[in-house]
Amino acid sequence: MNGKTPLLAVENLHAHYGKSHVLHGVTFDVGRGEVVSLLGRNGSGRSTTMKSVMGLVPPTQGAVRLAGVALDRARPYEICRAGIAYVPEEREIFANLTVEENLRMGEQAAVAGATRWTMEDMFDYFPRLKDRRNTKGGSISGGEQQMLTICRSLLGNPLVMLIDEPTEGLAPKIVAAVGECILDMQRRGVSVVLVEQKLSIALKVSTRACVMGLGRIVFDGSPRQLIEDEKLLADWLAV
Amino acid sequence: MDWLLVSVMNGVVYGLLLFMVSAGLTLIFGMMGVLNFAHASFYMLGAYFAFSLQARIGFWGAILVAPIIVGAVGVVVERYFLRRVHQYGHAHELLLTFGLSFMIAELVKLFYGNYPVNYRIPGSLDFAAFAVGGLDYPAYRVLMGGVAMAMFVLIYLLLTRTRVGIIVRSAIYKPRMAEALGHNVPLVFMGVFGVGAALAGLAGAVAGAFYTTNPNMALELGVMVFVVVVVGGLGSLGGAMLASILIGTITSLSVGIDASLSDLFALFGARQWAEGVGGLLTLKVSSTAGTIPFALMLLILLVRPHGLLGEKG
Repeated sequence: MNGKTPLLAVENLHAHYGKSHVLHGVTFDVGRGEVVSLLGRNGSGRSTTMKSVMGLVPPTQGAVRLAGVALDRARPYEICRAGIAYVPEEREIFANLTVEENLRMGEQAAVAGATRWTMEDMFDYFPRLKDRRNTKGGSISGGEQQMLTICRSLLGNPLVMLIDEPTEGLAPKIVAAVGECILDMQRRGVSVVLVEQKLSIALKVSTRACVMGLGRIVFDGSPRQLIEDEKLLADWLAV
Repeated sequence: MDWLLVSVMNGVVYGLLLFMVSAGLTLIFGMMGVLNFAHASFYMLGAYFAFSLQARIGFWGAILVAPIIVGAVGVVVERYFLRRVHQYGHAHELLLTFGLSFMIAELVKLFYGNYPVNYRIPGSLDFAAFAVGGLDYPAYRVLMGGVAMAMFVLIYLLLTRTRVGIIVRSAIYKPRMAEALGHNVPLVFMGVFGVGAALAGLAGAVAGAFYTTNPNMALELGVMVFVVVVVGGLGSLGGAMLASILIGTITSLSVGIDASLSDLFALFGARQWAEGVGGLLTLKVSSTAGTIPFALMLLILLVRPHGLLGEKG
């Protein structure tokens, strides 16, 4: 971090679903242009961390700061407008809207310092979407929906993208395209927090890896450090 | 055949009126999942406000201003009442609007009395548009239909061609995701609630002058609007239009049918038997006119629970 303020700082984040305590003090940060993977087994709290940062599961304790600005009490739309975009695992496509209308739903004015994206950029990444632009979101394939949900969030010109399980259930070719897209976001200065089940992909695109277990971060280091730590892999990641 | 034509026209106009009131309700219902029992009260308020304003700013002025005031009332109801109980679930919201509908009705009685007020079509609009089979057809009915049609086209364009429309349609479908994409969904809800109330107010201002403006008008129309929303489908504007016209015409036509099931049996020479049995068999269709929309609702709920054109399953 070189003593500088990180772009996104998550400190001692706690969250509950009703009475069940899911996050027990999650702390990590993301620098500008970093791709940080959140790894861990199912139920370790990775998705909840994203939802909590986004304000969809409001944190019960702890802090979230974007470029030093506190966001842990903000509404989801304020968090989005501040520069954090969220790509949910469930994709959450508006089935009653066309592909193009779905994309337009994501458009937001860019905050200072954000990389700007246009609809044409999205069609360059995924030409399929251009062909399907007038099709209803509910009638496109799972792979196309995944492309759409990523592009929709990217059109908000975010500083940080939170992407939850983008390759789940997709054909290898589309998985590769999604990976390429994430790498390109990083090249263009967007920071990414990635929850990904497939370790090989996560480590390929990440600059840093965090491992979660029992609602906490149990490891924070480089992908190389992670794969060399056999005990860590066995304790927290092996199925 | 002339009575048929007139009945159909009357039914369509009544249907269009139903649509004006149900358009807002179906959006609110679809979005918030709340059946706003007070929605028809906004219709009544529109009529009464227009009646009061008419003396000061004229009929057209009243038609324009009354809906704006009703819309403002709607915004206040959403922002300071509904939103506060939202976290406790739908039952609380339902009870709140239920209570509100009684309060509005009682307030109306308090200020205007428990009898119809003298809100009438201005003389300048009280003429025949055309004649059907020697009977004059009132121009005001045509005007009411025209206002409703214009409203439908306007809302349709707003919802399909503008960014606001896209946001509203997404928020109906997935409010949390719409919010995560940077849209102030609570504000959108408040806006839709206000516009929905204003549209109901407009319908009241226009229709109150033609039918009667009395403290029961909300109750009378409210139940029918509920039927329209269920039959048409949650959150579907097209469905609301279709269901409104359907119910309007069916009601209007059945009033004019002076036949019963025994007439059907007569075709097979069993009239005497049918009349002997009596009950349902001798009940005239005209006297069941009020029940038919509910029978339709029951049928729709059984075979197509999400309504004719509902987007949400």
